[in-house]
Amino acid sequence: MDIPDSNPEPEKRDVGASMPDSSAPAAGQPKISLREIFLTFLAIGATSFGGGVVAYLRSSLVEKKQWLNDDSFLEVLEISQTLPGLNATNMAVLVGDKLRGWPGAVAGFLGMLLPGATLILILGIVYASNAHNETLNAVLKGVGAASVGLLLAVTLQIGRRQLEHRLDVAIVAVTLVLVSFVHVMLPIVLLTVGPIAIFLYRPRTHLPHKADDHTYDKRSTD
Amino acid sequence: MNFGSLFSLLWVFSVLSIMAVGGGTSVLPAMKDFTVELQHWVNEDQFRDIYALGQLVPGPNMLMVIVIGYHVAAIPGAIIAFLGFFVPSSLVAVGTGRVWNHFEGSPWRTAIQRGFAPIVVGLMLAGTISIARTAITGDSEQIQICLALAAIVFVILYFGKKMNPALLILAGGVAGWIFLR
Repeated sequence: MDIPDSNPEPEKRDVGASMPDSSAPAAGQPKISLREIFLTFLAIGATSFGGGVVAYLRSSLVEKKQWLNDDSFLEVLEISQTLPGLNATNMAVLVGDKLRGWPGAVAGFLGMLLPGATLILILGIVYASNAHNETLNAVLKGVGAASVGLLLAVTLQIGRRQLEHRLDVAIVAVTLVLVSFVHVMLPIVLLTVGPIAIFLYRPRTHLPHKADDHTYDKRSTD
Repeated sequence: MNFGSLFSLLWVFSVLSIMAVGGGTSVLPAMKDFTVELQHWVNEDQFRDIYALGQLVPGPNMLMVIVIGYHVAAIPGAIIAFLGFFVPSSLVAVGTGRVWNHFEGSPWRTAIQRGFAPIVVGLMLAGTISIARTAITGDSEQIQICLALAAIVFVILYFGKKMNPALLILAGGVAGWIFLR
């Protein structure tokens, strides 16, 4: 297999020189090769079927490779989930960057995505030339219907864990109605509901006085 | 193939990439708007089929953008759509990851996370509805079968024991082959 980034020039992490060096591996720890980063994420990228990539990542990065401990894994996961983009790719580039800077991020990115990308390109070419094949359409229709059930289950599982208060439910409802029923474009939704939601959960201790303790104040600890 | 369509692909998928808070499902409605309604790159049935293809491969199901790109401009289109969707958000991730620890313990960091959590859930629900609108179609008998499939998968995953969703997705394909032809 050809590995585009397994052989980088031994450049120092000068890209990150002006950055806080929190991403550098602890001193004295042997340097992890780009090849190993690539192959580790390649294995995850090739086996993580049906979503749930976080579980695969944890078992590989924390348990098998021990590149991260539980706390740093959670920290990276937290960043991945807060930022735009997919968990899988965000985790891959963040962990790659933590281990080896930009080349590591590229190695993680390619490893995570190449298996699925190659496979879906092949499937896509087959699909394009059989777009009216009834059997293929029926199979994909079944897959589509099943994935609606999957999406709903994942969404409600996430929602059930995170949403404890009426304010949360209200924000969920407003977002859902704007996108699905009023058909407001996503950028506009994010630029309006986003700041309002952040404002509603603003750090309350900075307020001169706090009139009433709403239930969501309890959340400040988590 | 012309450069205009490659540029549109790059532009559309880069915008979607930056907007994908909480993951790919959040941008599904916008992706459908852009690719089906506005640009007419694929029709609604193709969008559903392509989404289903994304479920069948390992890695993020948003790799489906490669197939949309392929429909627009063959292999170059596939590559541009892939880069457009995956590179911008990754650059943001690395950049933010490096400064993130500066904000350790900042109450605003918590505020942003708390504020966006329900937005993400709302967007994921919207994404689910968006796929449901295209995936649960056909004559009334087909609609019932599709609904039944979705419901069975949901009940097993939500209430049942932990199992690999990929198996249920494959079972959905088999059920489609038997019942939806």
